[in-house]
Amino acid sequence: MPTYPGTDRGSAWLRRFGYVLLYFLLSLVALLQILPLVWLLLFSLKNNQEVFDMAPFSLPATPRWENYVKVWTEGNISLYFFNSVWITVVSVVFTVLFASLVTFAITRMRWKGRSLVLGLFMVGLMIPVHSTLIPLFSLFLKLHLTDHPLSVILSYIAFNMPITIMILLGFYYALPREVEEAAVMDGCSVHRIFFRIILPMTASVISTTAIINMIYNWNEFIFVNTFISTDSYKTLTVGVQNFIGQYTTDWGAIGATLMISIMPILIAFLILSNRIVEGIAAGSVKG
Amino acid sequence: MDKVMSNRLVAAMYVLPALLLLLVLVYIPIVLTGYYGLMQWDGIGAMTFIGLDNYARLLQDGTFWQSANHTFLLALFSALSLIGYLMIALVLSGKIKGANLFRKIYLIPMLLSSVAIAQLWLKIYHPSNGVLNTFLEAIGFSNPPAWLAEPSLVLYALFVPILWQYAGFYILIYYAALKNIPESLVEAARIDGASPWQIAFRIKLPLITEVIKVTIVLAVVGSLKYFDLIYVMTDGGPNGSSEVMASYMYRQAFRSFDFGYGSAVGFFLLLICLLVTWLLRKATASKDTIQYS
Repeated sequence: MPTYPGTDRGSAWLRRFGYVLLYFLLSLVALLQILPLVWLLLFSLKNNQEVFDMAPFSLPATPRWENYVKVWTEGNISLYFFNSVWITVVSVVFTVLFASLVTFAITRMRWKGRSLVLGLFMVGLMIPVHSTLIPLFSLFLKLHLTDHPLSVILSYIAFNMPITIMILLGFYYALPREVEEAAVMDGCSVHRIFFRIILPMTASVISTTAIINMIYNWNEFIFVNTFISTDSYKTLTVGVQNFIGQYTTDWGAIGATLMISIMPILIAFLILSNRIVEGIAAGSVKG
Repeated sequence: MDKVMSNRLVAAMYVLPALLLLLVLVYIPIVLTGYYGLMQWDGIGAMTFIGLDNYARLLQDGTFWQSANHTFLLALFSALSLIGYLMIALVLSGKIKGANLFRKIYLIPMLLSSVAIAQLWLKIYHPSNGVLNTFLEAIGFSNPPAWLAEPSLVLYALFVPILWQYAGFYILIYYAALKNIPESLVEAARIDGASPWQIAFRIKLPLITEVIKVTIVLAVVGSLKYFDLIYVMTDGGPNGSSEVMASYMYRQAFRSFDFGYGSAVGFFLLLICLLVTWLLRKATASKDTIQYS
């Protein structure tokens, strides 16, 4: 440890006081970030009478898990849930695959127009989804794709492509050239180099982008809300919105529905928090 | 090596699927938005070319300018809140035990859908049974307001969940940038007798200027696009007092079926986003970038 000038007993005390104050401040912010969710969990386990009569943060006498059973079995929540799962999975797989192909071609291969293509993807980061919504709607209407999951999946892939490529870029640039050189010497084709060598090498950054994509797609609202009108294709975010519209007064049911909609992300976060933190940092700072 | 890795056919095969999707679903639509803005069109029937009428109407539309005002106000709030996030990140990046845990807890709201957050905060703001007014009554306020029903309060009330949702995101970005500063620089300053304040404001902050600029752009451009949360919580109400540009566009197109006018609003939003990004980048551009790695 280096010695600091002026470290006498007085300033040591001051430093300790400062630490306590900082911890208090940081904990207060953490508490504010968490309390609304704790409250949500609590009221999802109560009935209306308990919600209104008991103190907001009191534990329910007996947790009413039946709220969860009720919303899962009575409404379409289970259907919305599975739609969210498969639409998210399909979109993530294609986004990450396409983005990897593009990033590989841009960073590792040599052809004219690389920087132009990269530029197109990067400018795409700045384009607000809302400004494209009306033409997209009329395009899907013409293609008979409104009310079809493909409209949503294609939109997710296109709009998440730029950020995914951006996260992949740095990683691909850092890969040593010798990898391809050795492979070419051995007579590998480009496809083999990409699928057998590079893709496995990028597994860690791929999982990061996959998680970021998963969070975006799972939570996406405006595309589904605009393109999909049949219940059978709605995802959880839109389904929750409509479902709550019918249950405006049953707080327990509303709480349970919201908990079901955020649970997968919370569980993913508990298991993969380092990856998620990394991915969000990588996706923003390098811009 | 060169021959294999500059195979144009393969490069095209790898790039085209994604590029095609980008062009068809992102670039062509933004051009079409501008074009539809020149039409009178209900979204289904025939289009009638009306020139710049929609854009002229936009300039004289008081409700639109009101929503633009709200949007700019949100952008201003968001930019100002960055100061607070920066301070928290500075504290966190010091030698604080459990910094990782704090940073992760802060991030949780950002991972949740805006719809879920909106529904949760609707309940928090509930006039009689919400946790906020229950608390206010408990500490002696006899008549706390119905936050989302008051035209003068609603925008501020909406800003709180926005602040809550994005805090962890910006703290994370600042934290990551601050942690990237080589320890040796900070150590050297400390040996030279710099106080923690001087280290924070004279050394650490100047070193992350680039990141601060990026976050300003992100916060401002992000606010121009706020939609989900406001759509669910107030739908622009009461009486337009929380309408923003994106929600106004949505209302014109998908509620009033005035797709031409909605497109004009959407195109305006696009231009504003690009212009603001460009202006902010230009205004905050520095001639010499700091290299320390």
